[in-house]
Parts: sequence; structure tokens; C-alpha cells
Amino acid sequence: MSGDNQKSSLRKDIDENLKRVYEDALKEEVPDRFKLLLEQLKAKEGKK
Amino acid sequence: MTSLPMAAEDPRDAMPDHIPSLRAFAISLTRNVSEADDLVQETILKAWSNIDKFTVGTDMRAWLFTILRNTFFSSKRKTRREVSDTDGAHAATMFEKPHHDGRLAFTDFSRAFDKLSPEHREVLVLVGANGYSYEEAAQMMGVAVGTAKSRANRARARLCELLGMAEGEDILAEQSGATLAVMGRSGFQAA
Repeated sequence: MSGDNQKSSLRKDIDENLKRVYEDALKEEVPDRFKLLLEQLKAKEGKK
Repeated sequence: MTSLPMAAEDPRDAMPDHIPSLRAFAISLTRNVSEADDLVQETILKAWSNIDKFTVGTDMRAWLFTILRNTFFSSKRKTRREVSDTDGAHAATMFEKPHHDGRLAFTDFSRAFDKLSPEHREVLVLVGANGYSYEEAAQMMGVAVGTAKSRANRARARLCELLGMAEGEDILAEQSGATLAVMGRSGFQAA
């Protein structure tokens, strides 16, 4: 109602918050199991 | 696809670099770390054995994201289990109208984000947080570009609705609040 400016600033606000949600998830420490899994897969491949 | 030249670099060597963003995407979709980890594990295994389907030189992260989201949505379809959102409140409950200094409080935002359907979270994370274009996001989601755009618009409108804010009034005007509430509840096929 009060124009496009307000709307686009709200959108920017939303996107900033979305980035933060994602970055928070990115900050979660990645467990070693994935690195180990990839190493195991690679080792298995090498034996073939 | 082209067969891998044996001596050349294995594209799978790049996979470890993508694990953190893959996991963040999984967390965004599931909102549950242990579920996310299972999803990442499954994605790694699938990607590893299907590497011949990856086109070398294209965006590997996008390829991995696609495998992950397909895995997530197909297992959800199979179990027909709706993600138990924290307190079963996909309902039309709204938060207290936030401080009207115009800024969204992050905790409120975060709670509202949790209440979105996974489809809505997905499109917003791909486009809003990761900066993928609608074309790229549409390709990953396996839908038309127009569908991706309207899904993103609805997701934003739903977020605003949950936050008690008045964005996208034009969008909300086209569809009654009841329709939006049903869409939010149904979870699947949000667009």
C-alpha cells in the first residue's frame, strides 16, 4: 500500500534473514562421518 | 554421458568441498540435524555411484543439491509422513505482531521459517539464501521456471503472513487466507 519501496525493503529483509538461517546451518560442525565415508569409498574404488 | 578418462582427475575428489553446503541445505529442508545427516549420507552414496551422470565442468554443488532434494522428497512421498513440525502448528496461528521498527527479529523469522512447508523452504533457500537464479532453482526442483517463481512468491507471502506482516498484499489479495492456510498445512505440492 505504501508503495514499492517498503515492499522491496521488506524483501531485502527477508533475504537477509534467509541468508542468516542458511549460514547458521552452515556453521553447524560437520561430523567426521562424511569425510570418513568418502575416504572409505575412495579406498574401495582403488582396490578394484 | 562421457566415460571417465581413467587417468584424469576424478570429479568425486571435489565432493568433500561441498559437504558443508550440502549439509546446510539438508538442515534447511528437514530442520532436524540427525535427519539431515542421514540425508547427506544417502546423497553421498548415490552421488558416488552415479558419478557417470555428472557432466564434468558443470556445477557440482547444484548436482549434489538435486540428488539430495530428490532423495528427501521421494522418501517423504513414500512414507507419507508429514514432517512433524515442532509443535504440530502449521495452523493459521500468527505470531505476535512484531516490533514495527520495520525490521524482522531473527528469532521470529526463524520460527516462521520452520513452519513453512519443505517446498517453500527449499525454494527460498535456493533463491534467497544461495543466490541461484529461478532458472537454476527450477531445474533443481524439476519444475517450470514460472512454477519456481510463483512458489517463491507464495513462500514469501506465507512467511509474511506468519510474521504478521503485510508484504505481497497483491499476492494475498488473489488468494484468500484460507487457501494459504490449507497450502501451508498440506505440505506437499505447494505450488
